[in-house]
Amino acid sequence: MSIWKYANPTQFMKTTGWMLPFVSIAAGVCIVTGLVWGFFFTPDDFRQGSTVKIIYLHVPSALMAINAWLMMLVASLIWLVRRHHVSALAAKAAAPVGLVMTLIALLTGAIWGEPMWGTYWAWDPRLTSFLILFLFYLGYIALWQAIETQDIAADLTSVLCLVGSVFALLSRYAVNFWNQGLHQGTSVPVATGGRTVADVFFVPLVISMIGFGLLFVALLLLGTRTEIRARRLKALLNREMARDQDRQQPSRAAQNEGTQ
Amino acid sequence: MMPDLGKYQDAVLSAYGGSLLLLIGMIALMIWRARSVKKQLEDVEKRST
Repeated sequence: MSIWKYANPTQFMKTTGWMLPFVSIAAGVCIVTGLVWGFFFTPDDFRQGSTVKIIYLHVPSALMAINAWLMMLVASLIWLVRRHHVSALAAKAAAPVGLVMTLIALLTGAIWGEPMWGTYWAWDPRLTSFLILFLFYLGYIALWQAIETQDIAADLTSVLCLVGSVFALLSRYAVNFWNQGLHQGTSVPVATGGRTVADVFFVPLVISMIGFGLLFVALLLLGTRTEIRARRLKALLNREMARDQDRQQPSRAAQNEGTQ
Repeated sequence: MMPDLGKYQDAVLSAYGGSLLLLIGMIALMIWRARSVKKQLEDVEKRST
């Protein structure tokens, strides 16, 4: 069984139709569990006090902000190489979700930063690269909206996505590249496995991260299904318009002959 | 039930309030658009058959 069969819009709609409710429910359960557990049932940090509770929003949203762009990169590459419309529409659908995740990461980071660093904002490498990623999301969405022909829009946004990927990766590894700035390194390094977060905070954090990941998948499926329908709607409306014009042309020609 | 957030209460509550508002707003908008496009498509398909 090939993965490319899902490039067929009909097959994609059929498969995601039954998947979507399950993924949505799983996302809701994980997010509510992670956030309620983190907010109500975890202690204060000995140094950061109750602000540590912001971690259950900040880390999962930042993770999804970067991963959404990387998913868009993969989908854009598939579009550029194989010209599957579903992949281009999936990248388009992922962008607003990634934008909101980036905004949440920036917002919660600023609110957390003020009591801990004494400032809402600093031109720190990770913060700055995240702000640029946010601007790339805005530019990507604006480019899709600005171009009428869908295939050209998909081509140009795919190229923009390739360029923006530099900042998506930079925002993840900026702390390692430049050993300066206020933002700390990752507390949950996936590659090395050595984390600096105690279990009491780590378990609800992981549940929240899984929840945000599932929420992204659910919204991606919903958004892609909407974009597939919107594309078909546009095609049908164009066909109707062309048919109406064809009908009007003979009657106009007859009117013109009559006046002459 | 509400945990004692101490002197950081405003920061924590505003982070949660702002984030949940953004999340719920995004989900609501996406569901609204999905329903609207689906309805329009059904109308056009009915008209053209």
